[in-house]
Amino acid sequence: MKAACWMGPKNMQVVDVPDPQILNQSDCIVRVTSTAICGSDLHLYNNFLPLMERGDIMGHEFMGEVVEVGRNVKSLRVGDRVVVPFPIACGVCNACTSDLWAACENSNPNAWLAETMLGHSPAGIFGYSHLTGGFAGGQAEYVRVPFADVGPLKVPAGMRDEQALFLSDILPTGYMGAEMCDIRPGETVAVWGCGPVGLFAIASAYMLGAERVFAIDRFDYRLRMAREHTGAITIDYTQVDHVPSVLKDLTGGRGPDKVIDAVGLEAHGHGPLYLHDKVKQAMRIHPDRAIALREAIHSVANGGTVSVIGVYAGLVDKFPMNAVVNRGLTIRAGQCHVHRYLEPLLRRIEDGDIDPTFVITHRLPLAEAARGYELFANKQDCCEKVVLTA
Amino acid sequence: MGSSFTLDYPVTERSAPEQAPTAGTALAPELRPRTPLAHDDQRIADARRGTGGETLADFLGFFSIGLGLAETLAPGAVARMIGVDPQSDRVRNTLRLMGMREITSGLGILSKQQPATWVWSRVAGDALDLGLLATALTNKENKRGRTMFGIASVLGVTALDVMNARQLARQEETPSHEARDHGMIEQRRAITIARPVAEVYGFWRNFEQLPQFMRHLERVTMLDERRSHWVAKAPAGASIEWDAETTEDIPNERISWASLPGSQVHNAGTVEFREAPRGMGTEVRVRIEYKPPFGKLGAKVAKLFREEPGAQIHDDLRHLKQVLELGEIVLSDATKQRGMHPAQPNTEPVER
Repeated sequence: MKAACWMGPKNMQVVDVPDPQILNQSDCIVRVTSTAICGSDLHLYNNFLPLMERGDIMGHEFMGEVVEVGRNVKSLRVGDRVVVPFPIACGVCNACTSDLWAACENSNPNAWLAETMLGHSPAGIFGYSHLTGGFAGGQAEYVRVPFADVGPLKVPAGMRDEQALFLSDILPTGYMGAEMCDIRPGETVAVWGCGPVGLFAIASAYMLGAERVFAIDRFDYRLRMAREHTGAITIDYTQVDHVPSVLKDLTGGRGPDKVIDAVGLEAHGHGPLYLHDKVKQAMRIHPDRAIALREAIHSVANGGTVSVIGVYAGLVDKFPMNAVVNRGLTIRAGQCHVHRYLEPLLRRIEDGDIDPTFVITHRLPLAEAARGYELFANKQDCCEKVVLTA
Repeated sequence: MGSSFTLDYPVTERSAPEQAPTAGTALAPELRPRTPLAHDDQRIADARRGTGGETLADFLGFFSIGLGLAETLAPGAVARMIGVDPQSDRVRNTLRLMGMREITSGLGILSKQQPATWVWSRVAGDALDLGLLATALTNKENKRGRTMFGIASVLGVTALDVMNARQLARQEETPSHEARDHGMIEQRRAITIARPVAEVYGFWRNFEQLPQFMRHLERVTMLDERRSHWVAKAPAGASIEWDAETTEDIPNERISWASLPGSQVHNAGTVEFREAPRGMGTEVRVRIEYKPPFGKLGAKVAKLFREEPGAQIHDDLRHLKQVLELGEIVLSDATKQRGMHPAQPNTEPVER
């Protein structure tokens, strides 16, 4: 089969590899009909996440048709059309039964590696480095899906691929970012980053009752999408001196009640702190540039909540713990427990509460995956979201 | 390889008798911790207790080896540094000897066997160094400034050595430390399994099932109620065999075993089972000790290649959890064989 493989930093290639096989009896094999490139794939592409191997198949946002099932699979049959959550979860461990699917205790065969770096291991993830298990990803013609009875969601017959595809990651991730804010009526929310996850976080904040949502980015086309599609009030951080001051102006000096970091470790900014981060990252002293997170913490109102859904892979420097403690802030974070949100968000799509297809700007065949990565990574051609089809 | 080590100390730490509910006296009686559990936890916490000097000892061990290598391999450079004649054969040979002494102390400290004694050996070495440097001061040809600097440096390290040796000497006589002083390596790991205690205990109780989740074991055969025969994989396709005896078996609580005297590899283990809070199943706590075939340094080298048995224990426990919770061990394309493989399908068979 054909698969998009990581062949080194900024080097994606679509190559021929063997077809996947059932390895565990609870697996199924899915023929991928639609798959997408995620912003977090770009961190792998740009080589900011450790433990990649030449030849790793990428991709954790995918959907398709079941073509084979293992002996123990009960709920799926060959021919079912499914969308698959990016975290791999067993469904029976204490984490899964506590609704913490992205912390599954059984699904990461390289748990020992993750434990060394993180203290405890999170769940395995498709196509997302060996730290999360070395699972072959879904930017391929076929993919092996473990725990077929637990993760995959059957897609209703009338629903198009593009409407359901983002249930695999970015829609639930953005939604969880807003949900972690515990938004009360009348509250204001600020979202850093207007990539697809940021846009879904903005939309979700409105779905969950926010009165106003502010969005911070530097690309015109992304700010325009945030305004036009999700109704955010936008701030181009390259055009203002100090984002927290602008947010104070907008909120009578209080600051937004809740803030969401949908940027993560490759944040951009200006000023000496950005240079400091950039130099240290280049020297591999600490890999994460937490500019957006620091700014979010400084901006949020006293007693507010900081919700982090951006990806962080290493350590963060100059973390404003003084602001967190003295102003009584709450920090909430997490890889999305996608399984939790599949059914409710599918219903929201069916009910017309949200049409997630608005983020798509590029549709390419799988064979052109490398070009898709390049477009997305370099923000060329107003690229917001690339969907690859078989 | 045949180790003549015999078991001359208790393998298991017996739990102390239950105490009257005296812990937490600042609290109202109904708010105090349930005594038996709290007592058990204190025992577990104390089992890991060292002296607090272990990190410094490691540093001094590596420092010894580094300095020793410099003295042995580049005596001229070291001689210049301390202001003595780098051309003199007598100086160079003395430095080489001192270097070998440093390396011996360093390896001794890192072996963790009677570490306090080895750190005291460094103190003795420091005294010798100071004596030699003082003698060097009397020779007018030497650069005294540099020699004085050398003396100051040694005095500084001596202070650290004395402090560390005294700290390490406070080590209590626990079975763990005694085992370590006998050259044993001890590993402790714990995991929570979402199955009832009786099931987890019952699974482990049948030693013949251990190879299902212990990757380095080929098979275990019960010879009778107490004795069992173990076959383990060794590097390069070889295998190691030994007989073991079940030394303790308290249903749903604890199983202990130890290899019989005369075994190729001495090893012993204890597994304890305890009901996890909030209905989360069973806490499994394993303590395994073994005498590494090539000594502790061999074990350190093996650790680099992740072949040290201790490093396997946690993977083994995770596999036990998967076998009991899921019925099989979870695989990925990259991990179905040992070593590094890209995360893409391959046609090779699964390697256990």
